Amino acid sequence: MIPAAFTYLRAHTSDEAFAHLQQYGAEARVLAGGQSLIPAMRFRLARPAVLVDINASSDLNVLRVNGNALAVGAIARDSDIERAPWITDRRWSLIRDVSRVVADPVVRQMGTVVGSLCHNDPAGDWTAASLAARAEVTVRGKDGARDVKIDDFLVDSFTTAVGEGEMALGVHFPVADDRTAGAYQKVERKVGDFATAAAAVQLSLNADGTIREAGVALSAAGPCAVRVDEAEQMLRGQRPSAELIRAAGDAASRRSAPQADLRGSVEYKKNLAGVLVVRALRQALSRLGVQA
Amino acid sequence: MKVNVTVNGVAYEREVEARTLLAYFLREECGLTGTHVGCDTSSCGCCVVVLDSDKAVKSCSMFAAQADGHQVLTVEGLANGGTLHPLQQAFWDQHGLQCGYCTPGMLLTSIILLKHNPNPSESDIREGLAGNLCRCTGYQNIVKAVQQAAGTLGVQV
Amino acid sequence: MSTEPKSAGCLGVAMKRKEDPRFIQGKGHYVDDISMPGMLFLSLVRSPYPHAEIKSIDISEAMQVPGVKAVITGKDLEAAGLGWLPTFHGLDKQMVLAIGKVLFQYQEVAAVFAETRAAAVDGAEAVQVDYAPLPVVADPFTAKTDEVILRPDRENKTNHIYHWEVGDKDKTATALANSPKRIKERIWFQRCHPAPLEPCGCVAHFDSMGRLQFYVTSQAPHVYRTALAIVTGIPEDKIHVVSPDLGGGFGNKVPVYPGYVCAIVGALKIGRPVKWIETRTENLTSTGFARDYHMDVEIGATADGRLTALHVATTADHGAFDAAADPTKYPAGMFGVVTGSYDFPVAHAEVDAYFTNKAPGGIAYRCSFRVTEASYAIERAMDILADELAIDPVELRRKNFVRKEQFPYPSVLGFTYDSGDYQKTLDVTLEKIGYQALLKEQVEKRARGELMGIGFSTFTEVVGAGPSKHFDILGIKMFDSAEIRIHPTGSGIVRTGTKSQGQGHETTWAQIVGEELGLDPQNIMVEEGDTDTAPYGLGTYASRSTPVAGAAIAMAARRVREKARKVAAHMLEVGEADVEWKDYKFQVKGVPAKSVTMKEVAFAAYTNMAQNEPGLEASYYYDPPNMTFPSGAYVAVVDIDRETGEVKVRRFLAVDDCGTIINPLVVEGQIHGGLTEGFAIAFMQEIQYDKEGNNLNTNFTDYLIPTSLETPAWETGKTVTPSPHHPIGAKGVGESPNVGSPAAFVNAVIDALSPLGVRHIDMPITRDKVWRAIRQAEVLTT
Repeated sequence: MIPAAFTYLRAHTSDEAFAHLQQYGAEARVLAGGQSLIPAMRFRLARPAVLVDINASSDLNVLRVNGNALAVGAIARDSDIERAPWITDRRWSLIRDVSRVVADPVVRQMGTVVGSLCHNDPAGDWTAASLAARAEVTVRGKDGARDVKIDDFLVDSFTTAVGEGEMALGVHFPVADDRTAGAYQKVERKVGDFATAAAAVQLSLNADGTIREAGVALSAAGPCAVRVDEAEQMLRGQRPSAELIRAAGDAASRRSAPQADLRGSVEYKKNLAGVLVVRALRQALSRLGVQA
Repeated sequence: MKVNVTVNGVAYEREVEARTLLAYFLREECGLTGTHVGCDTSSCGCCVVVLDSDKAVKSCSMFAAQADGHQVLTVEGLANGGTLHPLQQAFWDQHGLQCGYCTPGMLLTSIILLKHNPNPSESDIREGLAGNLCRCTGYQNIVKAVQQAAGTLGVQV
Repeated sequence: MSTEPKSAGCLGVAMKRKEDPRFIQGKGHYVDDISMPGMLFLSLVRSPYPHAEIKSIDISEAMQVPGVKAVITGKDLEAAGLGWLPTFHGLDKQMVLAIGKVLFQYQEVAAVFAETRAAAVDGAEAVQVDYAPLPVVADPFTAKTDEVILRPDRENKTNHIYHWEVGDKDKTATALANSPKRIKERIWFQRCHPAPLEPCGCVAHFDSMGRLQFYVTSQAPHVYRTALAIVTGIPEDKIHVVSPDLGGGFGNKVPVYPGYVCAIVGALKIGRPVKWIETRTENLTSTGFARDYHMDVEIGATADGRLTALHVATTADHGAFDAAADPTKYPAGMFGVVTGSYDFPVAHAEVDAYFTNKAPGGIAYRCSFRVTEASYAIERAMDILADELAIDPVELRRKNFVRKEQFPYPSVLGFTYDSGDYQKTLDVTLEKIGYQALLKEQVEKRARGELMGIGFSTFTEVVGAGPSKHFDILGIKMFDSAEIRIHPTGSGIVRTGTKSQGQGHETTWAQIVGEELGLDPQNIMVEEGDTDTAPYGLGTYASRSTPVAGAAIAMAARRVREKARKVAAHMLEVGEADVEWKDYKFQVKGVPAKSVTMKEVAFAAYTNMAQNEPGLEASYYYDPPNMTFPSGAYVAVVDIDRETGEVKVRRFLAVDDCGTIINPLVVEGQIHGGLTEGFAIAFMQEIQYDKEGNNLNTNFTDYLIPTSLETPAWETGKTVTPSPHHPIGAKGVGESPNVGSPAAFVNAVIDALSPLGVRHIDMPITRDKVWRAIRQAEVLTT
């Protein structure tokens, strides 16, 4: 399978990439990891006239904790995160979990976090994780760069806040305090598959053991990843308990609005949403030394 | 467009269409047919090559244009003269292949796996090879082969 | 491990494979590696509709695409007399390119030839086809009604293809009616696909002598040559078929596909070489699928579990054309082995096959023609019966096994099982897995509400097709052949009519020759797949290579030995009758000190042959006297996650009896691979169609191949009951694990769920299905 013909442009800086995108508008697509885009082009489901390759744009090759945020540039690979020395710190446990289950271990060496967010597959992994971790995406437009809350960034299936001629430069995950841990639980039919269902959670505890902040999100539970507000509200301020966790799981099941497909029925996926939220919460708490 | 890729230490400068996938560039422009194509969805890993000594990549999901100015290692570049690479030797010793179609990709994925994790457990290996499909061996002897190589292989690529 | 010549034998030696050095260095030579000057690429236009009339095909835009040289359609082929292709088992024909209408989604509609791979795809995209959709028949039960006739081209205006039956219908019915216990279950073996990692493809070229040079992914190159001669009218001597290295086959590379014919027609018409390499989607949607048998299984038994009768009525979905590659006389293949390892006094099996708007096939996927379906049906049904009788499934099997002393055993459905020791194999399995401890653990777990299952499969296969009195493909009897030449310095070459796809023939064939002739297998070259040099044979599928070609090699080697004996007599200065072959050399009877090695004899055969005919070679065409009957006892242990329906295969032990083992390394590798395919079928794989006939599993993102992470660690064991009629006692093993394992997996899952009252779940056993079964039981009990 061979893509339709296109013009290839290599951008050596994000400025250069942005200029190309401004020039070609809707005809152009950004090529980062290409792990979703290139197969789609091979099936001719995507046929951009112009590809703007940003892999040589070294100013986008960013992966560092920058004061109060972890900055992930548009060409930082999934495997860069998996292999980062600081990733074993429990406050990054959600992100670490995700970096080990996205796609497959070879695809992860090219695939990017930002590319996955921009693709916004309903069953993507980084989208749900970004919701739970309350990330922001930096989007460059005509009026300069702006930070977009992930909730606003994910507009609809395969649609984001990145407009025509714009590009996503990076994503920022807030640095939480050290009483923070998360977890990502995913059921997939096999490695490399999109999630049948997945749950991303991140919890920060107060010194007294009550939950200060909670992020709970689901993948494969609607047109795009969803935040389970009800569960988050339920958890905040409470002391972790089996009942509380079960209630959060039930809220997740209610919130989940999946499509039936080859991966499973609606009922099954809704059930999984609840089960996986419960498991992810337990795992995050266990990482914080709390059994519930 | 003109593309210049160094494959196994040899520079190949070719005029190709922008849509030429790296896998076909290697096979049809460089004549290095050890890199195979088994699917269209980036699933099977028969086409895995090493990019810039650092990444195992699926060359069917990358354009040759992206490799312009970069270094690529394919299965043909593994043996050193008459001496097999320790991974090649291990795949042979452990009966880690049958039809041979997935083998080049398995070898190159394993090289990077061992580069980042020189002492992998069995489950590390099973996780690390999960982007490469094999229809013949059931993986068990491939895992053993990588274990054998890990015992004899340093961290160099 | 020794490969020295030869005071010791070569059989049973774990010799490292001789073919591996080229594969591990990227020097394998597959069809897509072939490139020729001026070579064109072929891309096929395929139907988006499962059933539609073709109103018109407009190629004008495609012809304008830069690089496109030609486009051909079904009409063009029909005008040239090449519109249809006979299917291998001779009961049907298949359109090369659609004529008048399409009968399945992704059917071949037009062929585009272009200068580059990309231009061919561009051209195919530009072909405009106007379709008028027709009503779709998406399953065999709808087909049965004949409300829509799919194949008006056939004489009989019905979707019913054939009825086949074996056994005594009336006696079986009576025995069932009189049985104190009866079970009946519909068991479906879903449609699946062999999906070798290398897709199918070819390069066709007419050389300067006008001879067709045809490089193709074929498991049966000689049959291709004959079939092409029949279809195209090209004299068979003007056709040279070469099957180079194959990246797996598993039965997928037995049939002749439309793309091959189009490539040949294009090469002839345009006068340039043509390459066609299918995409993964084309592979999964249009080339030979397997199974799709809906089996109504009924077993009768006494109250204490003695089997009284078996009846199986099968509805088979063959798709748009009857392209099953079964032997002519066996439209349902070896399905008659459905009595399995058990001594049924009476049985009756019948199969009714139907056309549907699905891809054609029904090929023998790692299977000796429908043996997998039969084994699955009986092994699954035995567990259902055990559950009904409330006795241990192991005890039920043990009680009804064909006993060792009954061999050769005439099965009630017409086979003569050559040998076996089912009891012993099962005992090895029970001992090795620690059955009693597992049962104890299961009791404890069940008390805690945990779901743990133990599942057995004690199957018998029938392989090695086959004796000429019963077996042919397109009329060609299913013998196989070997030709051996020993060179003056004691090395040699063996050629056979089979074709390895990863099975390791280059090693195991050399070992047989080494064993028979006392030569170093490292210096016995094996060559297959070239119809100009290899003797005629029927190819590699249905586990027939070792039973048939392996036998031919041993027999050819013995002919070489007989010739060598004359030369040895001359060298030893005794009469031929005084020379014996002992300890891998010729010696004077009773005088071990006076001996010559085969290597010495080989030299003499060219330099000092006296009055004997010079040279040292022989060939043998082997017509097997019977099939071989490998067997095994498999056990799976699973744990099930109640909340997610996830089945974890904790252990799997396969104890196989494949007779004499040539190379234990290769045998174990075959078993690992076959088990992995069985695992995939049990839990992941299905070619599904929706009610509108759309194929839902068109690439590897939805047709799931397990990775190293999902695949369980395999445990293996063996018993050895040599085949009494095979020259070296070998039975074949490639298919056993794929035939025997699905039932063990499913039986284990059902065993785990049995406390909930679950009796059967059809494969693939997805998490969703398991969760629903658990959920349903919970709803019923609350």
